[in-house]
Amino acid sequence: MPDGLFMFFAALTLGAALLLVLSRNAVTSAMGMILALVGVAAEFFLLDAYFLGVLQVLVYAGAVMVLFLFIIMLLNTDDPEGTYPWKTAAIGLATFFLLGAGVLWLFHWSGAVPKTLAGPTPPELTVNPAEFSTSAKSFGRLLYTKYLLPLEIAGFLLLVALVGVVSLSKDAKEDNA
Amino acid sequence: MENTSLAHHLILAGLLFVLGLTGVLVRRNLLVVYMCLELMLAAATLALVAFSRFNRTMDGAVLVFFVITVAAAEVAVGLALIVALFRRRGTVQSDALNTLRD
Repeated sequence: MPDGLFMFFAALTLGAALLLVLSRNAVTSAMGMILALVGVAAEFFLLDAYFLGVLQVLVYAGAVMVLFLFIIMLLNTDDPEGTYPWKTAAIGLATFFLLGAGVLWLFHWSGAVPKTLAGPTPPELTVNPAEFSTSAKSFGRLLYTKYLLPLEIAGFLLLVALVGVVSLSKDAKEDNA
Repeated sequence: MENTSLAHHLILAGLLFVLGLTGVLVRRNLLVVYMCLELMLAAATLALVAFSRFNRTMDGAVLVFFVITVAAAEVAVGLALIVALFRRRGTVQSDALNTLRD
């Protein structure tokens, strides 16, 4: 049986995700999304990934969800009243239960995931240059050595996204004038 | 932490992913569909962090760092696209956007 904090945050995350999927109001969906992301951040903390947990709350639950809420309120669209057609509901339920059962089977009953980390370490991993650590310093060291090129590409990607958003959100009529 | 195995985290991540996928398939509001996509990304990052922690290497966690960066850039561009779509068509309901089908 996993410990209590894990179960609590797992239940919180799954419940909030259910709220996101099922709620008719887009703002309620966004609130469920924020709660689900905070739950995932809490799981990061339980996995000793403190830096990633903080990053998740700051970037996702903070900046990204504020952007989502801003756009939801800017567009101010309501879902049309009425229930979903039975075909859609059937597809949704079938997807959820079939794939959910598949997940449970694969990770629990099939025995594909080892219960413990028993067994000898493979020889190529005995000298591990990037041992798991909780400090942000070890992130920095890896980012500026082994992952330097991906870091540069990520920075350039942010620049491209910035320019792209500016050019997308410019009014097309202004160009013709 | 001692009693929580890798399988528990993977089950949680898998169920989150399936919930997000269900939302993408079922929902009609493009903004909610987009949030469900983000939920699927978050589920994948949870699995990555769990693998990283239980294999005692740092690489999975660094990959999550990049996933968060790319997701932030992607959200900005996607929302700009949705706003541009709304300006042109006046709706964000995906079943109203069927010009190519008709």
